[in-house]
Amino acid sequence: MDAKRPDRRGFLKSGAALAGGLTLGAVEPASAQMPAAPTMIRGNDEMIAYGGRSSFVTSVRIPHGNRPSPDAFGLVFHVAAPLQDSVGMITPSSLHFVGTTRGSFIPDIDPREHRLLIHGLVDRPLTFTMEDLKRLPSVTRPHFIECAGNRATPEHETVQETHGMTSCAEWTGVLLSVLLKEAGVRDGAPWIVAEGTEEIKGASSIPMAKAMDDCMVAYGMNGEAVRPQNGFPLRLLVPGFEGIFHSKYLRRIKVVDRYYMTYNDYGHLRQGPVEARLGWQIGPKSVITFPSAGQQLPGRGFYGVTGLAWSGGGAITRVEVSTDGGRNWMDAEIQGTAYRMAHTRFGFQWNWDGQETELLSRCTDEMGQVQPTRAQVAAFFNVPRDPGYRVPGMDNSIQPWRIARDGTIHNAIA
Amino acid sequence: MRLLRVLATLSFVMLLGGSALAQSPTYGVGSTPTAEEIREWDISISPTGKELPPGRGTAEEGALVYQQQGCGVCHGADGTEGQAPRLIKLDVDPDSARWGLGRVLPIRAPYATTVWDYINRAMPMYREGTLTADEVYALTAFLFFKNDLVSETEVLDAESLPRIEMPMVDAFAPMPEDWKPGMPRLEGYPY
Repeated sequence: MDAKRPDRRGFLKSGAALAGGLTLGAVEPASAQMPAAPTMIRGNDEMIAYGGRSSFVTSVRIPHGNRPSPDAFGLVFHVAAPLQDSVGMITPSSLHFVGTTRGSFIPDIDPREHRLLIHGLVDRPLTFTMEDLKRLPSVTRPHFIECAGNRATPEHETVQETHGMTSCAEWTGVLLSVLLKEAGVRDGAPWIVAEGTEEIKGASSIPMAKAMDDCMVAYGMNGEAVRPQNGFPLRLLVPGFEGIFHSKYLRRIKVVDRYYMTYNDYGHLRQGPVEARLGWQIGPKSVITFPSAGQQLPGRGFYGVTGLAWSGGGAITRVEVSTDGGRNWMDAEIQGTAYRMAHTRFGFQWNWDGQETELLSRCTDEMGQVQPTRAQVAAFFNVPRDPGYRVPGMDNSIQPWRIARDGTIHNAIA
Repeated sequence: MRLLRVLATLSFVMLLGGSALAQSPTYGVGSTPTAEEIREWDISISPTGKELPPGRGTAEEGALVYQQQGCGVCHGADGTEGQAPRLIKLDVDPDSARWGLGRVLPIRAPYATTVWDYINRAMPMYREGTLTADEVYALTAFLFFKNDLVSETEVLDAESLPRIEMPMVDAFAPMPEDWKPGMPRLEGYPY
């Protein structure tokens, strides 16, 4: 912001002259509608070293879960990503949601000191430095992580509040199966316990079938080192499973003979067998990010409706949009590649006639699992659906947005 | 100069010692931790209690530790009121379902080891991991006594702690422990 803002009248004159020169005998210049020349930013060392975003882009994360982050002690609990401003399928690292088990400080880890220990029911316990891990064959994959607390309520006023506890990054690291094979898992060992370095050393039990399938020990995130709030220097990715499994600041993997029932595990336990099966693996879920609650349509006409779809069950194969409150459904366009356990961007062309209506999206994954409405879930469990109805297990229900005649948009969960 | 370098290299190799030279079989990276290093890091406690360290404690001793460690600052003097989660079961009709006892770790946890493990790794706030094994046994005994699971003088140690039968041990629905890649969350759910 060092440069002086040019005088607007001077711009109008020169702009008109320029436009006139370019459009001799062609389209009338619309100089009065052309923007003023922008202020010029003088380069500085900071922006040369590590670029920042425009000062006009103000999209930010917000504390989530009715608890301040940071709190008075500096603990971070839950922080939601601004999905209403998202484009594409990748969440920028600076805006990736953050979740901690009970509120946590961020460990300031020197990667040269960091170690990953693999032990327990293995033939060869092993310790890896970060340097060791980076020598091993790597994979790069986009994966979403979603917090089990990502649950819309009628009180939520924006998509950031209803759905902001999910994000998608491109992760780079070593498949956990590579490390486990190097250590030599003993026959039939059914579980691992993954543990972090933060003050409570959060630990989660993970079935061996998942550990050997597609779990990743990630040191890279969106083309650079994993950010501290997301587990620097090393985090576990457990694609498609609830966020709490994705241990940050990963320091230890113990191969064990049974479900260890850690504090984190205990939090998953449910009374009903059906609800228990709706935990762990996240169901197919989608949400329209534009237009969404809190935004304002300027008037009737064309809108490129867009949103995100994801599933813990694999790739998204179909997204449908309804522009009439769920009476009719039409296929949306899946934009780009639909990766397994990754946010998938969809688009839908819509001409708004200016009348009140509801916009909804629903998705289907590669297993054929379909995203349900809240009414369908309530009917499945044979319970009345009141506005406060709590979808059992991981809530993947359809999110309705009500478009009012004045173009305001509201959460239509009821 | 050259001699110095050779000496330095030699002493470095000697420092590494025998075990650290062992590396992973396919890629030849990583190193082998000593048994002592593993013991120091391994704070996971199985429901069988096989990793529980030596030590002992009673509820009487635990009441003192609860005071000395300032547990009441967050959990309340009697473990029922404070900013941090409640530690004492809800006062309900003894005939009512065990789910009515509340989401209170020392009563709802299916295994006593879950309680010991969590206190050991995550308490007290800001000084996590600083309690001695005796203090963790004593605090666990204190919370179990306050929840009517043990007597005030019962000694908890590596032998007795895993034998405590928690009231909720068989109350929970099984988690999808048979999970396999490509498995839907719930066959037929919902449409």
